[in-house]
Amino acid sequence: MLSIKNLQAKIDDKQILNGINLEIKPGEVHAIMGPNGSGKSTLASVLAGREEYEVTGGEVDFLGKDLLEMAPEERAREGVFLAFQYPVEIPGVSTINFMKTAVNQIREHRGQQALDAVSFLQMMKEKMKLVEIDQSLLNRALNEGFSGGEKKRNEIFQMAMLEPKLAILDETDSGLDIDALRIVSNGVNKLRSKNNAIIVVTHYQRLLNYIVPDYVHVLYKGKIVKSGTKELALELEAKGYDWIKDEVSVA
Amino acid sequence: MSKDNQVLEELTSKEYEHGWTTNIETESAPKGLNEDIIRFISSKKNEPSWLLEWRLNAYRQWTKMKEPRWPNVTYPPINYQDVIYYSAPKQKVTPKGLDDVDPELIKTFEKLGISLTEQKRLTGVAVDAVIDSVSVATTFKETLAELGIIFCSFGEAVQKHPDLIKKYMGSVVPVTDNYFAALNSAVFTDGSFCYIPKGVRCPMELSTYFRINAANTGQFERTLIVADEGSYVSYLEGCTAPMRDENQLHAAVVEIYAMKDAQVKYSTVQNWYPGDKDGKGGIYNFVTKRGLCAGDGSKISWTQVETGSAITWKYPSCILKGDNSVGEFYSVAVTNNHQQADTGTKMIHIGKNTKSRIVSKGISAGYSQNSYRGQVHIMKRAENARNFSQCDSLLMGDKCGAHTFPYIDVENNSARIEHEATTSKIGEDQIFYCLQRGIDEESAVALIVNGYAKEVLNQLPMEFAVEAQKLLALTLEGSVG
Repeated sequence: MLSIKNLQAKIDDKQILNGINLEIKPGEVHAIMGPNGSGKSTLASVLAGREEYEVTGGEVDFLGKDLLEMAPEERAREGVFLAFQYPVEIPGVSTINFMKTAVNQIREHRGQQALDAVSFLQMMKEKMKLVEIDQSLLNRALNEGFSGGEKKRNEIFQMAMLEPKLAILDETDSGLDIDALRIVSNGVNKLRSKNNAIIVVTHYQRLLNYIVPDYVHVLYKGKIVKSGTKELALELEAKGYDWIKDEVSVA
Repeated sequence: MSKDNQVLEELTSKEYEHGWTTNIETESAPKGLNEDIIRFISSKKNEPSWLLEWRLNAYRQWTKMKEPRWPNVTYPPINYQDVIYYSAPKQKVTPKGLDDVDPELIKTFEKLGISLTEQKRLTGVAVDAVIDSVSVATTFKETLAELGIIFCSFGEAVQKHPDLIKKYMGSVVPVTDNYFAALNSAVFTDGSFCYIPKGVRCPMELSTYFRINAANTGQFERTLIVADEGSYVSYLEGCTAPMRDENQLHAAVVEIYAMKDAQVKYSTVQNWYPGDKDGKGGIYNFVTKRGLCAGDGSKISWTQVETGSAITWKYPSCILKGDNSVGEFYSVAVTNNHQQADTGTKMIHIGKNTKSRIVSKGISAGYSQNSYRGQVHIMKRAENARNFSQCDSLLMGDKCGAHTFPYIDVENNSARIEHEATTSKIGEDQIFYCLQRGIDEESAVALIVNGYAKEVLNQLPMEFAVEAQKLLALTLEGSVG
């Protein structure tokens, strides 16, 4: 589904990604871990098409298309979803209104008819149950005055609504208490299927107790320096990141 | 140049939608302004002598006045002798009903989406259509007359209801109120008049649609709304003009007189031609709008969506004379390219327990300058007066300006005044968030701007709100910075 080859990127004049290689197949969940400043969020942003980042080399193939050639909104319409680490507030625009605009632009891209109000509400009600979110929250201005947990739950609700093929969760666990973490993770797990793939970007292993990954990759200084299964995450939790840094510097 | 700025430059060159002209024969006064021109206008309109005297007095006062220089706008001196002050579509007979109206005129308004044929009854809006200096048709007159509501052109009101005109014209905006009001009083040509009798709730929206068509012509219309005790009316105003290279002057006066417990809601969607993307041409919109809450418990509410005009100078105000009277001002003012706007309101609290609310949302893009200027004045005997003001500015790009000039004068210690102001930019983060959900950039801007202006747009009547939303999006198309 997603094939990243030797991806390099910089922001301003600072090189952040130094040759990332990653293969993701449908149905898989990959966790990207690593110490602060290793390039985790940059990778998520580059895949989503954030303009501040300049791609300086490498290729990304998404379902047979050159992802790097696509505008951010095209990537979204083709099925790339980013759950933001810091979702922005948009005053005066309700989540419902926002989602209606998004869903219908994506449908138009796929050659489908726009949903009328009734079918849209019906779809929304189903997805609301999935991620245990209350309609009163969705009537409010997007993310305005939301708690950390509400913001993240809202991100997962949007993921449910847009049914992406590839979802990238950027530090979705940050700022969540244990209950919110459980609810958010349950939502994600319900959205897992053999047809979609998920990249979980996280600093801590904690989230991976709930969203169990098939593969774990450790990012350090803009490169994947170690890959393994979920046991690798446990090892990192126990030992910290220093032993990886040591390994890298020895090599 | 960053990519955002490129997008901005490319897309702000959008064409003005209503920039066409209608080919109709007109009858005009010669260019220039003097007492003979005023006599000419007055005789064309077959006015009684007291009105001619009123005009001449206004003219003499005007010649002694100076054009205001305090607004935060710049423009070359206006040559008032180079303007045509009267221009009317030539009609063979004075239209008695719609059947007599030149079909070309009806077509003009239909092109603007204004149906004069009364078939669109469902829309529930009665329209007085004004082109250049005259009113061409007023719809639903008979239906309204059954309730005792008078809704007609100003010219007709002068003929048929001279007592009402004599009593209320100039009672809210005196002749010498300001330079442009004096000019209007001297040369005003037509406009709308509306009287709602005691205890009547007007069952439909009343609307005036202004269209400037002729070249080199100024438009000077007057609107007078008198709401008798306990009555209610919602009034709409819309306007457009052709694209012309020279600047055209629009100096209107709107007066609202509200008696005891009367409520008047006045909504404007202003879309005069703003000039081209380099700032050439466009309407100078110098307008005086004021409402007098004369009776206790009366309420006047202004809502305006200002998207057009090269220069806007306009402060719809409320004089809260009656005890417990309420004044409201909701405004969205958008400027793009080289537009300049200096707009706001005045709330003058005279009566006890008077309340006012000001919500102003400025949006500046391109090279435009957008100023909010507002005054809240609590007079000595205004016990327990309350005011809430909120002035927000939204900036798009880095070449525009937003300014706020709030004036607060309090002469009574029991007053409670709150003022909030914010300035924000449409963030790249907000845009990217929308893009990442599959929403294109133009829709994203429209979504964000409409969200920002929501509190004001919500005040508009349904039919107008949708129009206004589209207009906002259109005016700002691509202005992301």
